[in-house]
Amino acid sequence: MTQADVTPPRPVVEMLDVSITFGAVRALDDVSLRLLPGEVHALMGENGAGKSTLIKALTGVYTIDSGRVQVDGAETQFATPAAAQRAGISTVYQEVNLVPNLTVAENMLLGREPRRLGRIDRREMNRRAATSLRALGIEIDPGSELGSHPIAVQQLVAIARAVDTDARVLILDEPTSSLDADEVARLFEVMRRLRDQGTAIVFVSHFLDQVFEISDRMTILRNGRVVGERLVEGTTQLELVQLMIGRDLQVLDRLDHAVQEAADDVPAEKRLPVLSAVGLGRKGSLEATDLNLYAGEVVGIAGLLGSGRTELARLLFGADAPDTGELMVRGSSRRRLRSPRHAIDRKLAFCSEDRKAEGVFEELSVADNMLLGLQASRGWLRPIPTATRSTLVEEFLTALDIRPADPSLPMRSLSGGNQQKVLLARWLITQPDVLLLDEPTRGIDIGAKTQIQQLVADLAEKGMSVVFISAELEEVLRLSHRLVVLKDRRKIAERPNRGIDVNDVLEIITGEPGGLAEKERADA
Amino acid sequence: MPETVRTGRVGRALRARAIAHHLFWPLVALGALLVVNLIATPTFFNVRIQDGHLFGSLVDIVRNGAPVLLVAIGMTLVIATRGIDLSVGAVAAIAGAVACVYIVKSPADGAAGTAAVAITMALAVCVALGRWNGFLVSVLGIQPIIATLVLMVAGRGIAMLVTGGQITTVNNDSFGALASGHLLTLPVAALIALGVFAATQIVVRRTALGLLIESVGINPEASRLAGVRSRTIIWTVYVFAALCAGTAGLIIAANTHSVNANSLGLWIELDAILAVVIGGTSLAGGRFSLTGTLVGALLIATLTRTIPNIGIPAEANYLFKALVVVIVCLLQSPKARAVLQRRGDRTPPSPSAPSREEAVA
Repeated sequence: MTQADVTPPRPVVEMLDVSITFGAVRALDDVSLRLLPGEVHALMGENGAGKSTLIKALTGVYTIDSGRVQVDGAETQFATPAAAQRAGISTVYQEVNLVPNLTVAENMLLGREPRRLGRIDRREMNRRAATSLRALGIEIDPGSELGSHPIAVQQLVAIARAVDTDARVLILDEPTSSLDADEVARLFEVMRRLRDQGTAIVFVSHFLDQVFEISDRMTILRNGRVVGERLVEGTTQLELVQLMIGRDLQVLDRLDHAVQEAADDVPAEKRLPVLSAVGLGRKGSLEATDLNLYAGEVVGIAGLLGSGRTELARLLFGADAPDTGELMVRGSSRRRLRSPRHAIDRKLAFCSEDRKAEGVFEELSVADNMLLGLQASRGWLRPIPTATRSTLVEEFLTALDIRPADPSLPMRSLSGGNQQKVLLARWLITQPDVLLLDEPTRGIDIGAKTQIQQLVADLAEKGMSVVFISAELEEVLRLSHRLVVLKDRRKIAERPNRGIDVNDVLEIITGEPGGLAEKERADA
Repeated sequence: MPETVRTGRVGRALRARAIAHHLFWPLVALGALLVVNLIATPTFFNVRIQDGHLFGSLVDIVRNGAPVLLVAIGMTLVIATRGIDLSVGAVAAIAGAVACVYIVKSPADGAAGTAAVAITMALAVCVALGRWNGFLVSVLGIQPIIATLVLMVAGRGIAMLVTGGQITTVNNDSFGALASGHLLTLPVAALIALGVFAATQIVVRRTALGLLIESVGINPEASRLAGVRSRTIIWTVYVFAALCAGTAGLIIAANTHSVNANSLGLWIELDAILAVVIGGTSLAGGRFSLTGTLVGALLIATLTRTIPNIGIPAEANYLFKALVVVIVCLLQSPKARAVLQRRGDRTPPSPSAPSREEAVA
């Protein structure tokens, strides 16, 4: 089409069939990427799709196992990020990697300060910094302290520093995640200016609207593979999300049927909710939300990253303090949960999405990890008797098929899937009424995944109330009786899971009619 | 021949495991120091009974090391929660000051009852001081090193106020017995320290306290989400550390029958932290070893005793101490170990090595 009319400029960077393997995991699998001068190129994909790995492979943080990297047509392999920077490839990461208590100019010229008679020439430094800032339309005093500016400006300074080194490729990794709308507009202005000067910009973001606003082309990754390279013009958000999420073909029919039947015969409205949130919200993480949870029911939370999935679970558990709203446990008087301890005493349990930072104790044994929840509830004066200890540990090692089944091993020696099972066991041992699971199957192999899904179904059948959060819509739909859809930190839909498919959910999220779903309806 | 090879291998494996143990190098250093002393003074190991009391250099080491051991026990638990307590020296001074001033001001300043009340009062004050530290760290969330620095500096001032800036001398035999008394032929100070050691060891390992302390130290956020009452745990360890420091302060005061608010327990926090680190407890928090702390404290006490014994001039005192500490810490560092390991692995291929290996086995 239009592409054919213009002779495509020579790519400034071309990665061809690049593969990287970590242990048994193939993080990048024959990935190719072309960056043209004067374009904003969006790199899209869910968590773990390989975006960061790809960036790190390009900039010399990781060594590639196979494949080629060409810069200006010449084959290159950067040994270090510094080498990449010298070749004109600069990266600005999500967290600003600058020194807040130095001035803007000092930060921009850190490591390459202009000198006169061996001393740093401050005047020259401020002059140079001011020139580069003005070129990007950033009007701040280069002599002011960096930390005195808002994060957005600091980010712009980081970009100015990056392009100051004659960058021909600028990689922006989630630059907008902590910016508000005005600040994003300002950033985009700078990005457009750089693009018009011929810089190739790689833009990584989870915000679809922003991607569609600023990008020219995009490469979509899933599970370490490229699943598409598209011009933004002519691509819909729905198509993009379908490519990013993909179609999980492994279907558990049996589970599907059980869930469907259960969904049909649950007259939920007539029963007393186990947990009930009214107008629960917190500034900057979730708008006021109502939610009722019933015994024996799995509530699936769907929504893209950053939609407020995790925030909702944390508010329900009291892990974050809500600003507004109330939470009632089994119809009790209206009150908020002050802390996780408080929530656990009311028979709630929460498995965090961040296993490593918020779940496991790597240096403690598997048994200690498993029993810590119960022990914390009993207090330090009442240790769990040895006999009970070994019975419980044995029971859950077997029930959840944890391998290796040696409770004395340190937690760190277990695989991700098995660590997740140990964490599930920690909560099941406390016999909760409400189980909040945030991404319980993320980053674990398919076998463990299926086992955990089966477990969730079984627990609900036995009367537990489960909240199931997952980035994989198929999985959410397969397991839940009721579906709650979040978008932009707001609940936008709640409905029984009857006859809903992935396209319907995407339709709800993107507000665009789903191509496939439409077609199927027309066929029927 | 195959037999010898196998035993050689088993011996090597055993040796590797022993070297890998976190107490291997501290124990080697302790042994080496004792040998040095034995060479300098052949009667160093002699222990004799005199008037029903045990006497000898080894007994002295344990007795004189009691205050550092006590402080280090409390410090171990604080460090295990990712904290540190710099105020222990000042707390020791306050405890000594409170007890001595009470005894001096009391009408019956020689009575055993007076000493008992004085000790109780001093320890009660320590509980309050520990609660203050715990409050700053666990409720206000101030970094432990800053939070306890407050009391480290202010505490000496408090002790000065209590004593009125004077060196207070007491004449109470019951109080003095804390340091110089004997029970069942053993010095009371050593018995107190070892008793606190044993009691702490039993409490942290027989109850769930040790596990919860470690969990808070390893991963505070995961602990919070698992429902661990971190605030209570942190509060408890600071109170315990202050109690240990107070007891140490009482022993030091009893030893000299006096209290000098400026010098009592000065820099003891550094010796205590050193003992904890030598014992293999990481300053980053998490897993802790009270046994390691015991070895560390004994090592420091032995070192202090060694310096005059082998005739090192007083001026070189600190230099020598620093040297030994640096060597022990180097031997414990993973990088230095890796280098040693590599050297160890390279020996077998050399022709002379196998025979030596068999001889060892």
